[in-house]
Amino acid sequence: MAATQHTLVAIVEDKPGVLNRIASLFRRRGFNIDSIAVGHSEVAHLSRVTIVVNGSNAMVEQVRKQLDKLIDVVRVSDITDNDITARELALIKVKATSANRSEIIEIADIFRANIVDVASDSLTIEITGDEDKIGSMMKLLKGFGIREIARTGRIAMVRGSLGTAPGEQPTKTRAKKQL
Amino acid sequence: MKKTGAQIVCECMINEGVDVMFGFPGGVLLPFYDTLPEYPQIRHILVRHEQGAAHAADGYARATGRVGVCMATSGPGATNLVTGIANAYLDSVPMIALTGQVARPFIGKDAFQEIDISGITLPITKHSYVAMDTASLPMIFKEAFYIAQTGRPGPVLIDLPKDVLQEQADFSYPEKLSLPGYKIPTRGHPTQLKNAAKLISEASKPVIIAGRGVVISQASEELKQFAETSQIPVITTLLGIGSFPESHVLSYGMAGMHGSGYANKALVDTDLLIAIGMRFDDRITGEIKGFAPNAKIIHIDLDPAEIGKNVAVNVPIVGDVKAVLQALLKMIEPKDHIDWINQLDEWRKAHPMTDIRDGAELLPQYIISQIYEATQGDSIVVTGVGQHQMWTAQHYIFNHPGAFISSGGLGTMGFGLPASMGAKVGCPDKTVWCIDGDGSLQMTIQELATLVQDDIAVKIAVLNNGYLGMVRQWQDLFYDKRYVATPLSCPDFVRVAEAYCIPALAVNTREEVMPAIRQAMAHDGPFLINFLVEPEENVYPMVPPGATVAEFIEQPKKEVSSWPRRSTP
Repeated sequence: MAATQHTLVAIVEDKPGVLNRIASLFRRRGFNIDSIAVGHSEVAHLSRVTIVVNGSNAMVEQVRKQLDKLIDVVRVSDITDNDITARELALIKVKATSANRSEIIEIADIFRANIVDVASDSLTIEITGDEDKIGSMMKLLKGFGIREIARTGRIAMVRGSLGTAPGEQPTKTRAKKQL
Repeated sequence: MKKTGAQIVCECMINEGVDVMFGFPGGVLLPFYDTLPEYPQIRHILVRHEQGAAHAADGYARATGRVGVCMATSGPGATNLVTGIANAYLDSVPMIALTGQVARPFIGKDAFQEIDISGITLPITKHSYVAMDTASLPMIFKEAFYIAQTGRPGPVLIDLPKDVLQEQADFSYPEKLSLPGYKIPTRGHPTQLKNAAKLISEASKPVIIAGRGVVISQASEELKQFAETSQIPVITTLLGIGSFPESHVLSYGMAGMHGSGYANKALVDTDLLIAIGMRFDDRITGEIKGFAPNAKIIHIDLDPAEIGKNVAVNVPIVGDVKAVLQALLKMIEPKDHIDWINQLDEWRKAHPMTDIRDGAELLPQYIISQIYEATQGDSIVVTGVGQHQMWTAQHYIFNHPGAFISSGGLGTMGFGLPASMGAKVGCPDKTVWCIDGDGSLQMTIQELATLVQDDIAVKIAVLNNGYLGMVRQWQDLFYDKRYVATPLSCPDFVRVAEAYCIPALAVNTREEVMPAIRQAMAHDGPFLINFLVEPEENVYPMVPPGATVAEFIEQPKKEVSSWPRRSTP
């Protein structure tokens, strides 16, 4: 079966070791994480984890079910087939000289990115967007010399009234016609 | 009222109905052991190795259906539990593993006997806790016991730092708990039940394959009604043995690698496979392409992650086996499948399972059949792992759930003796036989001392062939009889038993078998029989690795290897 990129959103309890449990599960079952992003959610003591995995539908469904079995994982949704907003934040430190600084700033402006640090020989750019947008900007910056990149990994949210919070309308899951 | 952590641990266990635990003390557990005499309701059985404690708790849990409790100290004590915890995890056995931990200020400092046991056991526990606060103990225990025994059962580990056991906190046992991330499916989805009922009514060659889920869910009665109403033949997995009475006319025994030829043929030919509380382990499916190739599959299991994991299914039913079968019973019509059952009976005649060759040699299969005769099937039989395990599965007739206790998923040699100990402690009025191999027994033989100290009357039958027999069998069949590292020198088990003050007999001939078994059963206490069996007997039928279940091989002509065999006293 063809491997495609899936976005999973898990609501997890803020308990010691919860990330370890998730990571251990992925490792143990041989699933590769493309990115994972964790932060507080709208509910106290619950965090929202966005995980990007590559795999066939059946494999990702198995990942989802195994994640859901973890006691500290309250809910897991595969939101891949939903209408979603997906964003990533990247910090990019680019080599810069007085000669090309303005050219770099121009590129940053085109991508609506911010310059967050300026030094005599470098510029640090903060950009948010989907992976494609960040990728395109990095391609343009490559020529100047990139010194460092830090990326958060994808976070995502379903548009409109559907959601991934506990007790909310279930998101669309990939329908599997089997019978 | 304020209590110490150690007292709270005991109070919690009493609240959960624990009356026995298997453990081994150590430095950081001294506060607990010092407190234990205040709670005479809890019987503590001192094992000789922590692996024995975990397996004993496992055997106890399988025999009684209750949670088994084991305890070990920090560091090596805790790591010695690991095999037993993994075993319980793979076979879905409710267990609480309590481990001592160094005092909180020492955690993370590589202190003496400090090990990250919750980290080590992460992939082999259903859940785990490190109790970092004495006041949190009651809720941790409440949750742990709940998680261990509900849904798909499994082991839960609680790591107990020494100073948490010493400190005081207010104690009251919580009545409620909140686990928003813990879901237990109960009944199957109505649409899927309807789909299942439709397939069942249309099938002409249906087969039920029952696994340990039927035993766990205590759904044997429902399974029987279901099979009888719809006249569907029942086969089982290794751990499903006993979930359906093997003397029932619709029972066709165990399928899989060492399953009966007729059960495996049924799996190939069936047009509807109803899989109940089982997980399509590779030992049951063989090469997956040849597994039920013409069948639609209905899979009933409590664990949604098991559905579609190894085999694509047509009708997934996530729910408690008992509830699902009750619901299905209301939806199905009485039917018969006379032609299909006749076909199975023909296969049964062509590939008989329980026949034992005549002759002078002492065959292990014969011994198992004699233990069955002597116990009239009314006994709990616990095995180690290897050939003896398969012969027991094949030649003892199990009619009750929980009567056959064996390490299925992990295949843990050494499981037999400590697990039988736990089973006997849990069911003191039952005869408990430990059928073990000479290799398997030597892995945990130290527990003979526990049998004596705690007066646990397990009857031990050692099928002693002087080999690591199952590995030798694979060398025989697939490695051109090169018996590397499988000839096994054994101690004289009779003298070993006697050294532990356990009476024992050696048996060399068929004539001696029954009298020895009867003598063992008449004896009030543990007893060991060392059966010196035919050394190079193989387990048949066998589905070779990589083959489909249709390609089982049966007893061939005997050729004896010229590979040198070590002498056995």
